[in-house]
Amino acid sequence: MTTRGRLRRSVARWTIVVVVGGYLLLPLVAMAEFSTRGDFGSRSLDAWIAIAEDPNLVEAIITTLSIAALTAVGMLVLLVPTITWTYLRAPRMKRPVEFLCLLPIAIPAIVLVVGIVPIYSILTRATRGNPLVLVFIDIILVLPYAHRAIDAGLRSIDVATLAEAARSLGAGWPRVMFQVIAPNLRGAILSAAVISVALVLGEFTISSLLNYDTLQVVINLLGKRDSFVSVAVSLAALLFAFLLIFGITAVAGGQRRQVEEPIEEGVA
Amino acid sequence: MTASTPASEQPPGAGPAHGGAGSQRRRWTGTYLPLVPFFAYVSLFLLLPTFIVLVGAFQSADGSPSLENIGTVLSGPRFLQAFGRSVQLSLVSALAGAILGGLLAWAVSVGGPGGRLRQIAVAASGVLAQFGGVMLAFAFLATFGITGTVTILLKNSVGFDLAADSRWLYGMTGLTIVYTYFQIPLMVIVFLPALDGLRQEWWEASTSLGGSSWSYWRHVGGPILAPSFLGAVLLLFANAFSAYATAAALVSQGSPIVPLQIGEAMSGEVVLGQANVGKALALGMIIVVAVVMTLYALLQRRASRWLR
Repeated sequence: MTTRGRLRRSVARWTIVVVVGGYLLLPLVAMAEFSTRGDFGSRSLDAWIAIAEDPNLVEAIITTLSIAALTAVGMLVLLVPTITWTYLRAPRMKRPVEFLCLLPIAIPAIVLVVGIVPIYSILTRATRGNPLVLVFIDIILVLPYAHRAIDAGLRSIDVATLAEAARSLGAGWPRVMFQVIAPNLRGAILSAAVISVALVLGEFTISSLLNYDTLQVVINLLGKRDSFVSVAVSLAALLFAFLLIFGITAVAGGQRRQVEEPIEEGVA
Repeated sequence: MTASTPASEQPPGAGPAHGGAGSQRRRWTGTYLPLVPFFAYVSLFLLLPTFIVLVGAFQSADGSPSLENIGTVLSGPRFLQAFGRSVQLSLVSALAGAILGGLLAWAVSVGGPGGRLRQIAVAASGVLAQFGGVMLAFAFLATFGITGTVTILLKNSVGFDLAADSRWLYGMTGLTIVYTYFQIPLMVIVFLPALDGLRQEWWEASTSLGGSSWSYWRHVGGPILAPSFLGAVLLLFANAFSAYATAAALVSQGSPIVPLQIGEAMSGEVVLGQANVGKALALGMIIVVAVVMTLYALLQRRASRWLR
């Protein structure tokens, strides 16, 4: 009876994995098929090669990667010291900081962009339309995800003891932050950075309504002209995000094993 | 642990009344000064824009206080219909995504937290949940569009033309299908922790007492998971309700849903004197999302009872 029950469960389980998982994979496979179509049913990589030959696209890719990198750095500079400080010296501010970081989930990007227009009209004039100013608003968009990663990292190490130890040996606060705590948060910092980069690569709402030519804006425009190339770029961007996230999972997994031992010794 | 006590329990606001104010104030400043950059930044780029939206919704075009934007939104069937369609799209895609994603989460959770299938599912969901926007719209054009992979496959194999009424993908039907797609991975991420709360022992206890699979889900698993499931539906609802990019890239005609209406209002294709209507629409979105997220927080509190 139980064996039959278990068998039924396992059949149900695999049916779900194949059907729902298959539905999730279908558009990805279709993108690969669609973007490699040649003449008369042959296969060709023309659409993929065309990515590198479109100057607008190349420029948008470089711009967006720069915005992504700066957003990740800016987010870390803003968030890591702040959250660490709430753990060390200002525990009362832990909840307010968390609340503000999660707020962008409740205020959709399409709403935020309406209110940010007056602020950006000043910024745009000051920077003569340099698209890198998008970094400021993108940092806000990544706050919920970055906060989650960094907060989880801080929770898993004993920040207070680390800081006290460093302080009692004569280290100042900047040194505690950068040379003692940050190295112990490597995994959390890395995953916060990766999720930020992935989000910025996919950002469309704000850059399109503020008239900046980021990757997604250009892909969208291109799609009206040559859907094969835009499907190829979309798939490329997605695969890039996949590699980043799988890479981080592998690195973080390996690191957790390394870090865990000394901490356990410390507790004992 | 002991070391953290003196550092974390300095009562920042407790001192000044008892004299020694100078050193107390210095300590207060020392405690909160490092947080100033964060609060300043968030105030400028998150709170100020929100404030501008809230105030602008109640201002006429010349800046004087008025209710005319709200009136325009509430009186024009165009805007109310857009809200109706937005709610419907979010609700249907949230329910469909929650059911499909919930099933998938259950299927990959059976192997336990260390399961290989689960690790792959979580990592893939992490990417796919962010795979909103323009790229997703093009993925579906490549799948079900006029020359999409599945469209051609069906035409050549069974002679069925998916694109006979070629506009379904670019309207509300298409939006619902595409939105459901990005809800599934999000559901997997938010629902897995709740499934982990189900103990194997409960299942064993139920079956050893002669309970069937159905009675287990009806009397044990179902009631425990219900608050988490409902909470997830709300989160998915807010997720769909806020989305703009997918719809902007996919919809070819008009602005059927609220985010597209706001986009249209911002692009300057509006009737003169209605410049702040976009802000009134944005205010409407904030209200809907705030209500949904508050309910979500309440349900989360209830659901967390079983998670420890």
